[in-house]
Amino acid sequence: MKRKLKRKQYMGLLFIMPWVIGFLVLQLYPLVSSFYFSLTEYNIMSKPEFIGLQNYKKLLTADNDFWNSLRVTVIYTVFTVPGKLIVALMVAMVMNKNMKGINAIRTIYYLPSLFGGSIAVSILWKLMFQDQGIVNSILNVFHIPSVQWLGSTKMALPTIILLNFWQFGSAFVMFLAALKNVPADLYEAADIDGAGGMTKFFRITLPQISSIIFFNVIMQTITALQSFAGPMVITGGGPLKSTYVLGLKLYTEAFSYYKMGYACAVSWIIFIMITIVTLVLFRFSSMVVYYEDGGDF
Amino acid sequence: MRKKHLRRGRVSVWTYILVMVIGIIMMYPIIWMFFATFKTNAEIFGSIRLLPEHFSLQSYIDGWKVNGRITYATFFLNSFTLTIITTLLTVFVCAIVAYGFARFKFPCKKILFAILITTMMLPDSVMLIPKYSLFNSMNLLDSYAPFYLQAGLACYPFFIFMLIQFIRGLPRELDESAYIDGCSEMGVFLRILMPLMKPALFSAGLFQFMWTYNDYTNVLIYINSVKKYTLSLALRLSLDAESVIQWNKVMAMSFLSMLPLIILFFAAQKYFVEGIATSGLKG
Repeated sequence: MKRKLKRKQYMGLLFIMPWVIGFLVLQLYPLVSSFYFSLTEYNIMSKPEFIGLQNYKKLLTADNDFWNSLRVTVIYTVFTVPGKLIVALMVAMVMNKNMKGINAIRTIYYLPSLFGGSIAVSILWKLMFQDQGIVNSILNVFHIPSVQWLGSTKMALPTIILLNFWQFGSAFVMFLAALKNVPADLYEAADIDGAGGMTKFFRITLPQISSIIFFNVIMQTITALQSFAGPMVITGGGPLKSTYVLGLKLYTEAFSYYKMGYACAVSWIIFIMITIVTLVLFRFSSMVVYYEDGGDF
Repeated sequence: MRKKHLRRGRVSVWTYILVMVIGIIMMYPIIWMFFATFKTNAEIFGSIRLLPEHFSLQSYIDGWKVNGRITYATFFLNSFTLTIITTLLTVFVCAIVAYGFARFKFPCKKILFAILITTMMLPDSVMLIPKYSLFNSMNLLDSYAPFYLQAGLACYPFFIFMLIQFIRGLPRELDESAYIDGCSEMGVFLRILMPLMKPALFSAGLFQFMWTYNDYTNVLIYINSVKKYTLSLALRLSLDAESVIQWNKVMAMSFLSMLPLIILFFAAQKYFVEGIATSGLKG
């Protein structure tokens, strides 16, 4: 028996070996060398040349594009994440009833999310929001004047954010499942105490599904801060860099100008932002998130 | 445990109408896209008519051919090759790793597991350039090897975590009785656990399929030559190819590229919905 246990241990290490190698070579090494590159001038062809914190200094003090990109990315994230989750939660609440045909509806609502981040849907969006496109044509029918969706600095970013709202499917399906697991006796007890709809929502529903909301906020924030494909295809960062998110700046610096070191500095700024947001959210969550089992995340 | 909603009474007509209206708004862009593929370029603009004047397959025929030598058949084949191999590798290797974590006790397991959880939150963008430089120095650029390598080395902690949770839910007695019957560790995995893990493997596979199929950032960086382009890259190219964008052709090919995912989704929606609802995979 003892011999078998020993053999098992060594087998376990063997089984996880692919991941250990993958982690060391394709995650840890890139992470560390990305930081090192950010302290160098590097163009892939020649060896990286150490220049200390110059890249960061230039980013933060001499690069107006960077501050613009940072602002655009923050606006994008601040609107995309809560907006998408609020839409998802509202739709899930409406549908959390004894509805006939709920499966068919759930399917339809999820369908646009199949193509999250795909080029086909970004192209569709680009076409629909052209100046002569279908969206303006529909507006004109209601005697609303055409809007320059993608051509104006004011509307381009909101139009891209709107694409994200459309793809609320995965959060919606998670919320729907979570809502189904809220014990009904909680609501019954609240009814006996004479609680109103709002009270029940804030005192029962929200706390009960808070861990799912929290999970979604973190994952969606990480995705939003790195977004890239949508803005690149729909507007190319324009007009006048009004949709030039940090992900796009990172790509352009690296693969258009071959300033790899500089681009790595941008990526570390994104990484630091994600780390701060995640830590703050975790800290915040220990105060508000309710775990049935006491909370082992 | 199943609670009843009887208390909340019947669903009002208004709720149904609301749900239907939202549903129509959700579906409208895709339906409109479908009909746009039969329209002429001029018809797409300035009109709210949903149906085309004539159903013509011309935009499909024109769009399919990119130039004299390359058609979308190549891009479909490339996308499928890349996606299917990546998906199979990911699922198989992640399952083995999950088995190692879920069923064995080895030194540093706690630390390694903590690392695994942490890497779920590691953003891809921060590793993008070093990985590019690494694959460049290994002469693997402009091939699908970077994708296969990442799949074969289980660089998808999300799936590993999800499969660990699933294996933990399977009774250990199954393994024990197989050991008594003389089964090896690998044998237990292949013959006992793999068949039971089918639903979880299927969910993980579907999501990896979807993500790889839709992926743009990685193929954009790793693939250069047009004959190795996937659908994402080909569609992007079609926007830049002509001075005036032939929207009907672009829409036709975009719609065709979305079709496999739509079919897959309807064929396997049970696994999609379960995958999201139980493990928090995002779309």
